[in-house]
Amino acid sequence: MTTSLRQDIAYTTRDVMVEDRGARRRRLWTPAFAIAILIVLGLLVLSLLTGQFDIFRDEDSFWMFWVTRVPRTIALVLAGASMAMCGIIMQLLTQNRFVEPTTTGTTEWAGLGLILVMLLFPTASLFARMSGAVTMAFIGTMIFFLFLRRVSLKSSLIVPIIGIMLGAVVSSFTTYLALVTDQLQNLGIWFAGSFTRVIEGRYELMWIVLGVTVLVFVVADQFTVAGLGKDMATNVGLNYTFVLFMGTAMVAVATGVTATVVGTLPFLGLVVPNIVALFRGDDLRSNLPWVCLTGIAVVTVCDLIGRTIRAPFEIPVGLVLGLVGGVVFVGLLLRQRKKGGLVT
Amino acid sequence: MSITLTDVQKDYNSGASKDTVQIGPVTTEIESGGITALVGPNGAGKSTILTMIGRLLDIDTGQITVAGHDVVSTPSKAIAKILSVLRQENHFVTRLTVRQLVGFGRFPHSGGRLTLGDERYISEAIDFLDLTELENRYLDQLSGGQRQRAYVAMVLAQQTDYVLLDEPLNNLDMQHAVQMMKQLRAAADELGRTIVIVLHDINFAAHYSDKILAMKHGQVVKHGTPAEIMQNHVLSEIFNTDVQVIDGPNGHLAVYY
Repeated sequence: MTTSLRQDIAYTTRDVMVEDRGARRRRLWTPAFAIAILIVLGLLVLSLLTGQFDIFRDEDSFWMFWVTRVPRTIALVLAGASMAMCGIIMQLLTQNRFVEPTTTGTTEWAGLGLILVMLLFPTASLFARMSGAVTMAFIGTMIFFLFLRRVSLKSSLIVPIIGIMLGAVVSSFTTYLALVTDQLQNLGIWFAGSFTRVIEGRYELMWIVLGVTVLVFVVADQFTVAGLGKDMATNVGLNYTFVLFMGTAMVAVATGVTATVVGTLPFLGLVVPNIVALFRGDDLRSNLPWVCLTGIAVVTVCDLIGRTIRAPFEIPVGLVLGLVGGVVFVGLLLRQRKKGGLVT
Repeated sequence: MSITLTDVQKDYNSGASKDTVQIGPVTTEIESGGITALVGPNGAGKSTILTMIGRLLDIDTGQITVAGHDVVSTPSKAIAKILSVLRQENHFVTRLTVRQLVGFGRFPHSGGRLTLGDERYISEAIDFLDLTELENRYLDQLSGGQRQRAYVAMVLAQQTDYVLLDEPLNNLDMQHAVQMMKQLRAAADELGRTIVIVLHDINFAAHYSDKILAMKHGQVVKHGTPAEIMQNHVLSEIFNTDVQVIDGPNGHLAVYY
């Protein structure tokens, strides 16, 4: 009896030990995460309270709060989280750290889809325009991915360069279309990427990306496995082509919706996943909350900067993001060059 | 229960010269249990055969079965539970810890949601390859040899009867190469795995494997025990160079320089 008891104890200790070793893999609820949530909540409250209109003036002014501030802040949350998430998914699918919707042409394709629907069906609803954006984003990203699989590129840096070039070609075509049809002004507003226009009645489509985010969370492990490359993924029985397809579809929906409601948010998907990877690696399921949270924080800060530095005017968030993102992008390049090897 | 190849063939078109390199047709059987080493000169088709068995490369004609399952028609997910394969080059930019990577070896069984049982297999595989101290380090913080061991730990954690490894001794220094072979030997003897391994060093193959499958010009030219292969004329013929087999302290040694 003593022996069996001792064995029991031995087993229990072993279980505890095993559990403890395993638990280190995916511990999410750390104090740091709690602090991060508090910071983001603080930023969102700040976003709700920032603006020219005094929302506490009288009872009517609170209506303004519900019609503009709340939708804007919700859009910030959804757009920030989803674009950061798109970045990490695309990076896993292409195994390239420099890939995200604005460095692969995905956003530009979405823009083309938007303008095409606007031209072909001038009275089209926002939803119809969004569908056009999603469809073109999907087609464009698929073309890019297929191209990447065909051509083996010597340097991982070439990939975003080609992506940006492709994006430029697509967007110049879009610009031409807009020019000959007198839509240039609409396009200009769209390209700038701004939350200014996000008011009640114009932002509700953004909720679609919440659905995408939940889906991504469910299949997160499949994306991480795909990130190990086609051979390793096949080895553990993953249907690589299907995951590639599914990931592209998710990215296309999130990018298309965000492009329709907000516009271009450059570099967000590049900056956020790379920062998170530095601290927590790339295990998508345990990282996704961090990626989303950081995305929200970055886009909210940039939006707040854009709203305050020239108040009462607004600088488009895309501009601020482009500046911040560009600096981080260059920093990343330099860091990788110092570490050596990774870029080539 | 074995790996069988029937008239397996693969043609490569080398674009520039329009020459077709033909691998096969190969018909052979790799028995269950123990270690079988694939040896032969460069371009003999060892890796091609190995990756085709591991269904990472399409077969042009012929059929490969592993434990009775056709590797092409059986769902990849089912294959992943009986066979694991590791290629020679494994580059990925994904930042994972050793434990996370090895954990994905359990993917065919758990789909990523690791159970306590999975965690135990993961710990075992990590301990088995002496990575216990490094399990929470990121792969990009490890040396090439340590990383190589982490990959092998991953395929061992997959708990498959058949393990295919393409030159796992690459990147390893003498000490770690010997250690790796001992660990694979132990995996075959203690865990009952069938290991098929592409090896460059004929002496490693002779000492650690049970069977040697020698290839040349896309064909299997010899399949037998190390004692049958480790002969002057056989080795000279396979490797296109004069090889002398001498008696070493631990068995036959091939000397070729």
